[in-house]
Amino acid sequence: MKEIQTDDYLVSFDPDSSTAIIRGFLRLEGMEEYRPIMEFLLTAVEESSQFTLNLRDLEFLNSSGISMLSMFVLKIREKGGVKLVLQGSNKVLWQTKSLKNLQRLMPSLTLEFT
Amino acid sequence: MTHSQIFGEFLDPVPASEEYLTLHFSLGSTPRKQRWSNYGLSADFLGDYFAAFFPGDAVADSAINRRDTVKAAVSYIANELIENAVKYGDESANLPITITLYLYEKTLIFEVRNPTQRSRAEQYQAFIQELLSSDLDEFYTRQIEKTALGEGGSNLGVLTMINDYGAKFGWKFETIGEETAQVTVLVYLEV
Repeated sequence: MKEIQTDDYLVSFDPDSSTAIIRGFLRLEGMEEYRPIMEFLLTAVEESSQFTLNLRDLEFLNSSGISMLSMFVLKIREKGGVKLVLQGSNKVLWQTKSLKNLQRLMPSLTLEFT
Repeated sequence: MTHSQIFGEFLDPVPASEEYLTLHFSLGSTPRKQRWSNYGLSADFLGDYFAAFFPGDAVADSAINRRDTVKAAVSYIANELIENAVKYGDESANLPITITLYLYEKTLIFEVRNPTQRSRAEQYQAFIQELLSSDLDEFYTRQIEKTALGEGGSNLGVLTMINDYGAKFGWKFETIGEETAQVTVLVYLEV
């Protein structure tokens, strides 16, 4: 499975650059609804020692989605040995407000804002 | 629970404002899944509506202008408040969820009202008391760890509004039936 696509959002993975991209609007109802996306990301990261998650075109994420990202980051931390990079946009308010909090869970997490 | 209890900064009544907008939602019988996307649309509408009152001038230390900042912040906060009201709302009370946004010179006030089961209200009050008596930074770290471990009840939505958007909260709980309470949440956002 290389992507999940709906009318509202797209989740894709490029194995060559070990980069997953989430774009669009995500306001699913609760963690259960987010599980397929998290499973997709965890499968994508399985074989990698370096993993980039590009969120620059993710215009909206509700707090359940932030919870999903928190779970993902914690799982990477527990797995160990993965250099994780999150890419955000200075033009998307929720990213400028909330992404930095994920470093509370994993201080070695790199945030790249452009 | 006593008849009426207040936590945080609760202005009662909310000061008069020349610009305001109210939306009512039924907690009706249509499956929640079918209605869910409507809540996002409503939140975006509120964001667009109130953003139109603000100029597109620059905001210090930000690449996002004032109008777009208001639009995105209102949309995020309204969405979280509506989601919570629906999630914890009590359909059997036959009362609507109401969200009103009031505009002032430098502040927006969101007022959200919904019926809930009294047992739910008591759980929420326990969270509020813990929040108000904790150091916000430490509490946030604790709750985000809790969320990341898959433990429920972290109320991360409320914490993101307070910690990330600088919103202030007030709550009022009123007993309106043997099993039912009415919750009113006020959220103050500096713009």
